[in-house]
Amino acid sequence: MGEFRMPSLGADMETGTLVEWLVVPGQRVQRGDIVALVETQKGLFEVEVFEDGIMGEPLVQAGQTVPVGTVLAMIHAGTEAAAATEVRAAPPLTAPAAGSVAEEPAMAPVVVPPSTGLPERRACSPAARRLADELGVDLATVRGTGPGGAIQRRDIEEAATAQGIAGATVAPPTEPAPSAPGEPAAEETPAVGMRRAIAAAVSRSNREIPHYYLETEIDLSRPLQWLATENRQRSIRERVLPVVLLLKAVAKALRDVPELNGFWLDDRLRVSADIHIGFAVALRRGGLISPALHHVDKLGVNELMQVMADLIERTRAGRLRSSEATDATVSVTNLGDRGVKAVYGVIYPPQVALVGFGRITERPWAEAGMLGVRPCVTATLAADHRATDGHQGALFLEALNRHLQLPEEL
Amino acid sequence: MSEPTAMKATTYREAVKEAICEALHQDPRVFLMGEDVGHYGGCYAVSKGMLAEFGPERIRDTPLCESGFVGAGIGAALGGMRPIVEVMTVNFSLLALDQIVNSAATLLHMSGGQFNVPLVIRMATGAGKQLAAQHAHSFEGWYAHIPGLRVLSPATLEDARGMLWTALEDPDPVLIFENNTLYNMEGMLAADAGPVDIDTARVRRPGRDLTLITYSASLFKCLDAAKILAEEGIEAEVIDLRSLRPLDDATYLASIARTHRVLIVDEGWRSGSLAAEISARIMERAFYDLDLPVERLCSAEVPMPYARHMEEAALPQVDSIVATVRRMMGHG
Repeated sequence: MGEFRMPSLGADMETGTLVEWLVVPGQRVQRGDIVALVETQKGLFEVEVFEDGIMGEPLVQAGQTVPVGTVLAMIHAGTEAAAATEVRAAPPLTAPAAGSVAEEPAMAPVVVPPSTGLPERRACSPAARRLADELGVDLATVRGTGPGGAIQRRDIEEAATAQGIAGATVAPPTEPAPSAPGEPAAEETPAVGMRRAIAAAVSRSNREIPHYYLETEIDLSRPLQWLATENRQRSIRERVLPVVLLLKAVAKALRDVPELNGFWLDDRLRVSADIHIGFAVALRRGGLISPALHHVDKLGVNELMQVMADLIERTRAGRLRSSEATDATVSVTNLGDRGVKAVYGVIYPPQVALVGFGRITERPWAEAGMLGVRPCVTATLAADHRATDGHQGALFLEALNRHLQLPEEL
Repeated sequence: MSEPTAMKATTYREAVKEAICEALHQDPRVFLMGEDVGHYGGCYAVSKGMLAEFGPERIRDTPLCESGFVGAGIGAALGGMRPIVEVMTVNFSLLALDQIVNSAATLLHMSGGQFNVPLVIRMATGAGKQLAAQHAHSFEGWYAHIPGLRVLSPATLEDARGMLWTALEDPDPVLIFENNTLYNMEGMLAADAGPVDIDTARVRRPGRDLTLITYSASLFKCLDAAKILAEEGIEAEVIDLRSLRPLDDATYLASIARTHRVLIVDEGWRSGSLAAEISARIMERAFYDLDLPVERLCSAEVPMPYARHMEEAALPQVDSIVATVRRMMGHG
């Protein structure tokens, strides 16, 4: 029997709101299945399970905001679980309203267990903690007004009122879901929350990471010519964008200079064997997310194009998978379509490098004593000087250029 | 309807005096012994006139030797008498510490239950009269540490009048601490006031927002503070401990279960104080009732200063109690 917990979708994530269960209790799940939607400051994520089994009763209902690590549901192994699940589902937790409870697991107001897993240590008075337990108020949804932001009894009482919890009575099925997430939202819009998350990440980066920056001009004549030829043979939907070539070349260059691909953890560089490129996607409502493109070095150009299109679409729709949100080993930011010439990035900790691309423009280019007009891009590298030195950075940019000049091999 | 009790105006000093006189009248085994209690009439004039009334056998002046006359009191108690020994101030009682702690408190146990020591020791305690660092400390908390002793702290006229007799009836040693700033306190006391219990704490003012736990002279500072706070809408409940050993835990724990906030006001020094003991008990037994950390307001940890303004600054005062409560309640 395993525990399905609120995942950490980034080092700066403290709580997440369970938006929707995508499975029902008793349903068989397999490792990798998407079972729930979770909203964080960074947006909506599809959360996968990491083991096979049978979903148990939800311990956290839709709409509830809980600390990272909170058990959301148990996953029972094999068949012994089915019986247990039924036993647990059997007592009518709701007043027997019309409709089947089993079909709407997310809506069934679970009698909130006093403590699921270890709650995050927030300053909270013992009396408030007890009252929260008694009323079934989740501390993660409560804003403290006591000394140093400590949660006090009155905060619990206010939260209980706002969430429609009166005494020990359980609120009707449909009410808690909309009101619970609405509660923090009244205090803080998602955009504000995301801004704060970004602020935390970049502040940490600037505080901890001694950046160094390198820059080079790359002539894109050959790759773009190659791409134009390729695209001519494709339907519009299958056409590949130049940025795919850039990403692919980054992945290959990282194979040549692996020290830029990985994490700085516990005072040492941990090079990652996989190359997952976090690709900064600006959101229309503001803010940005860097979902990971997995195994870019192993994908063909066409595959990468598809994966990237899918990823951008899902990111903007707010439907990322949890693994995509967290496991980038390096980041690429492309501000070319915003018209800038070059970008000097802030590394996303604990990564050790960020590659930036500006706009592809025609520029005068001198080569072999001749001056010509070429489509060029300014590629930059922001790297963690603790992990690498300028020498490796220079080797990387050189490799990047070399791979771009051989587009057919990308 | 019961008949309204007849009241009379009196002072704390008079109440103590009445209590002693009543005991002397009622029980021939009772006698008063101490420095200057006879001819001088008592350092705080409590026993003024008693020598003439009861004679030198029962109102006995002693040499300036605390260990000697406290020891004599223990011996008299063992011998069947009911001595009231007055120690001029608690600071001087340190000279009798061996008698009090090693003898009075232990003899019942050392004798396998054969010998009780029915001794009452009265001492003046506390600061506020510019008596400086050798006459003005509050060591009640120290004595409250000692098993085998009962430690009382009468603050009100009723308790000044009523605790002595109950203490004399106790078969074991009882220490009564009279705060020297209270002797001149005037007030109304029932004409038929008599013995009171010495086991329980009292809620002197009910309130829903915060519990002030205190004893002795600080009680009145707390009551004054509660009055000021009430005007601001903060209802403080004021608890008078009365007995410092044993402590009546139930009364203050019940209060905390209602208010969820506690400030302990103790004229003793903070480190290792009675306030510290009470705070610990609250953590042990009322942790889940607390909405704020327990706070303490104690005397500054300095030898008590002589200069009036400095002495005042060293003690918990109405202003500091009000300010602390306001802060705790989040009113600035």
